[in-house]
Amino acid sequence: MILDKPNTYRAGPDESGHFGIYGGRFVAETLMPLILELEEAWEAAKVDPSFQQELDYFLEHYVGRPSPLYHAERLSDHLGGAKIYFKRDELNHTGAHKINNCMGQILLARRMKKTRIIAETGAGQHGVATATVAARFGLPCTVYMGAVDIERQQPNVFRMRLLGAEVIPVTSGSSTLKDAMNEALRDWVTNVEDTFYIIGTAAGPHPYPALVRDFQSVIGNETKEQMHKAEGRLPDTLVACIGGGSNAIGLFHPFLDDETVKIVGVEAGGHGVDTDKHAASLTGGQPGVLHGNRTYLLQDDDGQIIEAHSISAGLDYPGIGPEHSWLHDLGRVDYVSVTDTEALEAFQLCSRIEGIIPALEPAHALAHVMKIAPDLPRDHILVMNMCGRGDKDIFTVADALGVEI
Amino acid sequence: MSTPKVGDTARLDARFAACKAEGRAAFVSFIMAGDPDQQTSLKIAKGLVAAGVDVLELGMPFTDPMADGPSIQAAGLRALAAGASLKSTLTLVSDFRADDTDTPIILMGYYNPIHYYGVDTFLADAKAAGVDGLIIVDLPPEEDSELCLPALEAGLSFIRLATPTTDDKRLPAVLANTSGFVYYVSIAGITGGAAPEADAVEQAVARIKRHTDLPVVVGFGIRTPEQAKAIAATADGAVVGSALIAVVEENLDNQNQAKSDLVDKVVALGRSLAEGVHSAHN
Repeated sequence: MILDKPNTYRAGPDESGHFGIYGGRFVAETLMPLILELEEAWEAAKVDPSFQQELDYFLEHYVGRPSPLYHAERLSDHLGGAKIYFKRDELNHTGAHKINNCMGQILLARRMKKTRIIAETGAGQHGVATATVAARFGLPCTVYMGAVDIERQQPNVFRMRLLGAEVIPVTSGSSTLKDAMNEALRDWVTNVEDTFYIIGTAAGPHPYPALVRDFQSVIGNETKEQMHKAEGRLPDTLVACIGGGSNAIGLFHPFLDDETVKIVGVEAGGHGVDTDKHAASLTGGQPGVLHGNRTYLLQDDDGQIIEAHSISAGLDYPGIGPEHSWLHDLGRVDYVSVTDTEALEAFQLCSRIEGIIPALEPAHALAHVMKIAPDLPRDHILVMNMCGRGDKDIFTVADALGVEI
Repeated sequence: MSTPKVGDTARLDARFAACKAEGRAAFVSFIMAGDPDQQTSLKIAKGLVAAGVDVLELGMPFTDPMADGPSIQAAGLRALAAGASLKSTLTLVSDFRADDTDTPIILMGYYNPIHYYGVDTFLADAKAAGVDGLIIVDLPPEEDSELCLPALEAGLSFIRLATPTTDDKRLPAVLANTSGFVYYVSIAGITGGAAPEADAVEQAVARIKRHTDLPVVVGFGIRTPEQAKAIAATADGAVVGSALIAVVEENLDNQNQAKSDLVDKVVALGRSLAEGVHSAHN
């Protein structure tokens, strides 16, 4: 579906939380007053300079921002085409972009006088980032994590517990990220007075998709400034991986109205989007309603949600943020997919050539860069979001490569 | 602009009026359509009505029921594993209607299966099957244009949930397009959770009644005939779901097939709950 081009791609969502037909507030009545309260608090915080100052302070001194924009010279030469830059968000405290959002949300929670934090997590990165900020501000934290994910991400479970968080295994449904999100919503519906739910991706009921995007837009805003300094111009292409899509929307959003910038989102193709084992909601799904928003979902012909598959636990989600669905329909962003195997190759190549072990999530973005860079001219500037580091994935990768460690 | 329609509330109105005439509350039972299989759930539905159920709520199975506790989650997954779908739920309704044209039937569930089925087609098929109303947990008044208004237009009631977090400011919006009855969620929480306090419920029901003439039915956390009686004394009806579904769960073999006396046991609990509700005069 290609729609008429809007005057700006950056004005959404509308008052009722919609990006075109996507987004919205599909939640139980019990939660409705809470998300209206959150929206109000966020609108007030946005225009309060003291909130931004406080956030900036913690992003600089605690998270370690700005993250570098690094010219990956050896990789560029190896691929023989585009000039490739990495936005180094894997260098943030806790090793991924997730903390940009967690820091913003916990400051908002404090502003709203909430005294208890809950979160869902898939791979554990968002759980670790949430547990980290909760520890920093002395708030009790409960993280819901699918029992299957707990099994495959033990180091992150231990990290969260070290940080003082309670990690609750979720055994309902398919015991993975979507079920963890259901369980976090069930907790929130039960603990409405004191609890703040830090959602980890740019999805969920309004205002979360806009809120998370705004906190993650620090990635794109920095990139724009750093690129101007390094090259004196805009990049030609942006590439980022997408599960729910928070690192991607954070990089993309500041560039959406720069028409010369080509933007590519990379979904997890698992065993291939023509199989039943992938996590590519845009390529292989249809619009539906889950977790508070309308968006593209993996679902069967009865509207039941299908379990996603990806080697990367962080991309293993059957939905996607609603703004991506809208940008997909408008054609402003190209969405492609990369298989588990291609991501594994990119993971290894990057480690050897650049001395950077990427997380399996950005390894998907990198795999797409490897496909397109060789055919691009040397003066074509490409920015890839290195949104997480790969330490957490070494066991998964070793297993996939048949290595025992 | 034309006057908003209220759906066709004839069966619901008649049933609540009959209860009122008898000076008693209505007993509303919730079971999952297709749990543990289509034929057994039809037998349970018929048996419950024979045992004194006034209004039948049928759950539409969904993989991701975010407001439901473990019992109802598991029931939905059992039904789906046994082949249930939104289509088979509608078939269940029309099969039930073959020999009962009086008992109101409400479908309760989540929006996505209806969204996928297609709103207009679903409403037409539901109406034709004999459905009276819908309760869709994840459609607050903010999303009324999605299904609520089309449902009223198609002659189906749209029954809204009011909750402890629904304050006086918000209540008129929640009640605006609701019809048939109002479902008061007695606790902030999920189905099958903590039991509600009768006093708090009584106050909440009184508050809602200041804003509407519709019957107010109370659900969530009611498990025993005694609790049902206490709640029924304060409201126009009481809903029990998880406790009935727990009996289904307890009477399955290890292949999730119904044991021979499953239906009798569910109906027996339904009968004692109905007696509890009906003995509360209000």
